[in-house]
Amino acid sequence: MKDESKSMPFYVWIPLALWDTLVAFTKSIFGFFSSIILSIISFFINFGKRFVQFFVLLYKMFDHYVQIFIKGDVNTRMSFLVMGWGSIIHKQYVKGIGYLLIQIGIITSIFTVFWKYIIKFTTLGTQVTSPAGFDPTCNCYVPATVGDNSMLVLLFSIAALLLLFGLFYVYTMNIETAYKNQQLVKAGKQPHGFKKDLDELLNHRFHVTVLTFPTLFAFTFTVLPLIFMILLAFTNFDRFHQPPGTLFTWVGLDNFIAMFSGKTGYYRFLPGTLVAILRWSFVWAFFATFLNYFFGIILALMINKKGIRLKKLWRTAFVITIAVPQFISLLVINFFLNDLGPLKNLFVDLGWVSQGFSFLGTAENARITVIIVNLWVGVPYTMLMTSGILMNIPQDLYESATIDGAGTMTKFFKITMPYMFFVTGPSLLTAFIGNINSFGVIYFLTGGGPSSQTLFQAGETDLLVTWLFKLTLFEQDYKMASTLGIIIFVISSFISLIMFSKIKGVKDEEAFQ
Amino acid sequence: MASMEKRKPRFFQSKRFLENLSNTFVYAFLAILSVIWVIPIFWLVIQSFRAEPGSVQVNFFPQNYTFQNYLNLFDPVALAETSIKFPQWFLNTLIIATVTMVVSTIMVLLTSYAFSRLRFGARLPMMQLILVLGLFPGFMSMIAVFNILKLLNLTGNIWGLIFIYSGGAGFGYYIAKGYFDTISKAIDEAAMIDGASRSQIFWHIILPLSKPIVIFTALTSFIGPWGDYIFARVILLDNTDSYNVAVGLVWITQRENITEYFTTFLAGSVLVALPITLLFVFMQRYYIEGVTGGSIKG
Repeated sequence: MKDESKSMPFYVWIPLALWDTLVAFTKSIFGFFSSIILSIISFFINFGKRFVQFFVLLYKMFDHYVQIFIKGDVNTRMSFLVMGWGSIIHKQYVKGIGYLLIQIGIITSIFTVFWKYIIKFTTLGTQVTSPAGFDPTCNCYVPATVGDNSMLVLLFSIAALLLLFGLFYVYTMNIETAYKNQQLVKAGKQPHGFKKDLDELLNHRFHVTVLTFPTLFAFTFTVLPLIFMILLAFTNFDRFHQPPGTLFTWVGLDNFIAMFSGKTGYYRFLPGTLVAILRWSFVWAFFATFLNYFFGIILALMINKKGIRLKKLWRTAFVITIAVPQFISLLVINFFLNDLGPLKNLFVDLGWVSQGFSFLGTAENARITVIIVNLWVGVPYTMLMTSGILMNIPQDLYESATIDGAGTMTKFFKITMPYMFFVTGPSLLTAFIGNINSFGVIYFLTGGGPSSQTLFQAGETDLLVTWLFKLTLFEQDYKMASTLGIIIFVISSFISLIMFSKIKGVKDEEAFQ
Repeated sequence: MASMEKRKPRFFQSKRFLENLSNTFVYAFLAILSVIWVIPIFWLVIQSFRAEPGSVQVNFFPQNYTFQNYLNLFDPVALAETSIKFPQWFLNTLIIATVTMVVSTIMVLLTSYAFSRLRFGARLPMMQLILVLGLFPGFMSMIAVFNILKLLNLTGNIWGLIFIYSGGAGFGYYIAKGYFDTISKAIDEAAMIDGASRSQIFWHIILPLSKPIVIFTALTSFIGPWGDYIFARVILLDNTDSYNVAVGLVWITQRENITEYFTTFLAGSVLVALPITLLFVFMQRYYIEGVTGGSIKG
């Protein structure tokens, strides 16, 4: 297209440019799918490698400590049994007593607090809590019995497992310390004192200081709950099995079977609902991601165009919509689009729609409406994100293109868009996952509605996550919510798998020219 | 260009004319678009001054204007009547957002620093673990979190919420890490030769160089809890004293007699949106910097 575009009439070069775009698009689609297949293959190969690596690592670790035990003196060997021994002997009292207290604390708590839950892990409890009352069979008064609580059994068992992992980590640290002390003494040096250890925590071991607290937090409020929820997918925890009144137990893969092929009974609509919502989630994520991206770039281009004044004012007008909390702006738009609201009134007055029209009344209208409203929500973000990048596009690219005689459109399709794709490509896929998991727009705008006869506890515009939210909160069908959560995880990880293979592909900075 | 030099271009072909024409189009577009973008917010503001009672109105502009809707939010008598506890909710939200902002900003920056600058065995496994954990839908573990907080006796009050918001803070390290990565490592090395410890490097060298990202982190971790609905809705139960503004205001709209409280709800929304909007408009530069940086890093 370069220099010819000037001499060619527009009815020749516009179709040519479109054709070029189409070819490039087709190529990238093919590239996309082949990279999916390649990344799946490489994933399994990598997974196999990792699996082997893991056991090799485990063996190496085991061997490492066996070697220490063999080479160690009495104090080091005692540290295998009594944590902190090797430290206390060498006058590292604070550290040694710390190790010892951790050992005693965790082991006693596991045997006193956790044990009664752990032993019931296989059944998740059998004894139902019963209130005090008169028992007609023995004609006597029975006191209340406190039975098991499946949820607590599960929660405490996982917590105990995580505690044991923590204990194991500290245990290995303790052995390392003891062995290091032994070697230092052997070399005629003094093991580090408490002051020196503290200094180390601010220097070479600063990562320990920095990450301990976030890690503990994350394990309590993210990892533990997540393991709990994953395990729930293999139980029958729902509103008919709510501890302590009623217990729940393991059911194997029943929930997954019901999710994918439940034919009759309570869950007969479930597989159909999953497919319908999955399809809509993808359509939604596709439009939400690419329309936002496209319009965001165009908006950014317009605001940053040379010769346009009041840039800050224009930008602020759009940024305000990011600033207003989403639940407010979306509820307002909801009222705005209401059947009695001003927008429909305006449309009727203009004669665009009839009196019976409703923005959120039918599935099609509601779907189109949420996608459009999502533009309102999302375009300012893309605009902000891309304006910075647009300014970073090397100006000499444009200058040399101008010299070659390229027009505005050519520059947009040949320079701006490829550059943007190159820089923001990875974040597009992140945005895609984010949109599959987006909650606010659907929840506050339609609440998932309009409702449907054939969807199980979901409406026509429900996404996977809003469906999950409804199943959890309104239906209290925790087992199905967890099953759905795992399905969402699999989908998201599948997409990020592709993302990573893509990133590898564009790692080379020189690739764009 | 060559052909143009030969004869004087006609007026409508001149570069200046074309430039002006395209600028006029862009101005028109920008004007229309910004009106579309601002209208819902404008509507919210003017309707919050509406004197007529009732829910959604067909008319865009109110017939009469009043301050009463705002006064209702703070008048103890009116509040007692309606059981809307707006001042309390506002205070709760302010406490939640402020504490969360302080705790998570510190945690995010420290975590990012560790992943960006320090090298230790668990670094890559930890980053990969965080990546994998991030692929689960955020509130899938809601019920489990709720039960853990219940065991710790933290449900139904704002401290439980603060724990949740700060709990996952370290996970959002990407953007700040990306920023730290761009600061030259030579600075660290020079400081280390001068005997500075890792902690001193962070507090005295990296942090002062990272003002934009510190502000961005603080801003986002303040705004997140300020408008959060999902977790607050689950954790705060039916204890209206501990509601945050999001749960409180949505609760107003879901009541039977929404028509009575509708304008009050709008006034409350304006008051909630106002501080954030001001904060945002003034901190725009830093926000843009953070968003741009984050997108490049992917």
